[in-house]
Amino acid sequence: MNGIHDMGGMDGFGPVVREAKEPVFHADWERRVFALMNVAMNVARVNIDEFRHAIERIPPGQYLASSYYERWLAAVEILLVERGVITREELIAKQDGSAEIVRAQIAAGMRTIGPDPIKEKPGAKSPRARFARGDRVRARNFNPSGHTRLPRYARGKRGVIARDWGVFVFPDTNAHHAGTKPQHCYSVGFDARELWGKSASSRERVLVDLWEDYLEPIDADSKPRRRRRVTAKRATRR
Amino acid sequence: MSGNHHNADESGPAARVKALEAILTEKGLLDPSALDAIVDAYETRVGPRNGARVVARAWTDPEYRKRLMANATAAVGELGFAGPEGGHLVAVENTDRIHNLVVCTLCSCYPWPVLGLPPVWYKSFAYRSRAVSDPRGVLKDFGLELGAEVQVRVWDSSAEIRYLVIPQRPNGTDAMSEDELAAIVTRDSMVGVEKIAPPVRAGAKRMRA
Repeated sequence: MNGIHDMGGMDGFGPVVREAKEPVFHADWERRVFALMNVAMNVARVNIDEFRHAIERIPPGQYLASSYYERWLAAVEILLVERGVITREELIAKQDGSAEIVRAQIAAGMRTIGPDPIKEKPGAKSPRARFARGDRVRARNFNPSGHTRLPRYARGKRGVIARDWGVFVFPDTNAHHAGTKPQHCYSVGFDARELWGKSASSRERVLVDLWEDYLEPIDADSKPRRRRRVTAKRATRR
Repeated sequence: MSGNHHNADESGPAARVKALEAILTEKGLLDPSALDAIVDAYETRVGPRNGARVVARAWTDPEYRKRLMANATAAVGELGFAGPEGGHLVAVENTDRIHNLVVCTLCSCYPWPVLGLPPVWYKSFAYRSRAVSDPRGVLKDFGLELGAEVQVRVWDSSAEIRYLVIPQRPNGTDAMSEDELAAIVTRDSMVGVEKIAPPVRAGAKRMRA
């Protein structure tokens, strides 16, 4: 989804500010959220891609106004309620401290725990790699409404395969329980000028880890062919 | 709207997480002591001191360095470091000509077993947005100015690979032991936003830890 989380290349957030002697957590509730996320996602059988997508689904205004662990907390609440592990009513009652949780409600919650976990491991037979180191590729220009790990700033841009990292579960489907679709994931190098235009430095490169389904080949032969076609058209016009 | 703030009125998120924890505990789905153990691990055992030991070993043991560059997950595991967000580690080395910088523009991916949990600046909107489009400008925010001849490589952690930058060993450290070297390796140098200054006794200004 083209969400606010996809921040690469945005302006206006100001300088990066480093905190001296920063503690691991800034408040006790942050400790609890961090640990709770790890345990609760296991209980609710939520995979990492679903968790990331739950954070992405936080409305942009709320996302920007929240601190990091507030976003985690919102995602845990969303997922636990969606999976039926807890109910919104239970959460509200507990926070007010004004109402006892009804036992039957708890039982209902327990019965509606989500489906079995998605296998995080790729299948026994590894798919073959479509690309090899040095291949020229283009990141696809697509705009899915769901989860993706192809950043907007790389879409439609030309790069070169730098490394093949091996086979990984495909987040775009895994986040939506649409299968693990294991496939090769590559380190793809993009020149800064390809990404940001001519004013960018010629001595900067961005390497993005991209799944095979995000990439299309740039055929070594296609460029001269295309040029010939363009030349022919121009000749006709003249 | 920096996204870096810590809610001044902590009653909001604090009350919500307390409620969540209570509900899950009552349902028998959660053991609060399990949460304590997780927190304790990341506050006391899993942190940038682990990464510093990896770097110091790589600086002093050429065979280890080779193994680290070839398979960082295995080489880091040799020193006893492994765990969540560390299943696919990759080491990238800074030199006089190449400077590596790590970011996660989409969220906050970070190599937990070697660096612990990410600092607030790494998760900040300012860093996530600009590290890919203006890496030299971001490095200036950290007080680091690279020469025009240096090539900058920005690694956007968009998949499950987690990157550890191996910073350059500073001059004047030839006589230092592996333990002494580990003590001067900073967290931020292992993300690529600072260089390690030569030790104070070499007469140079010391960078902040």
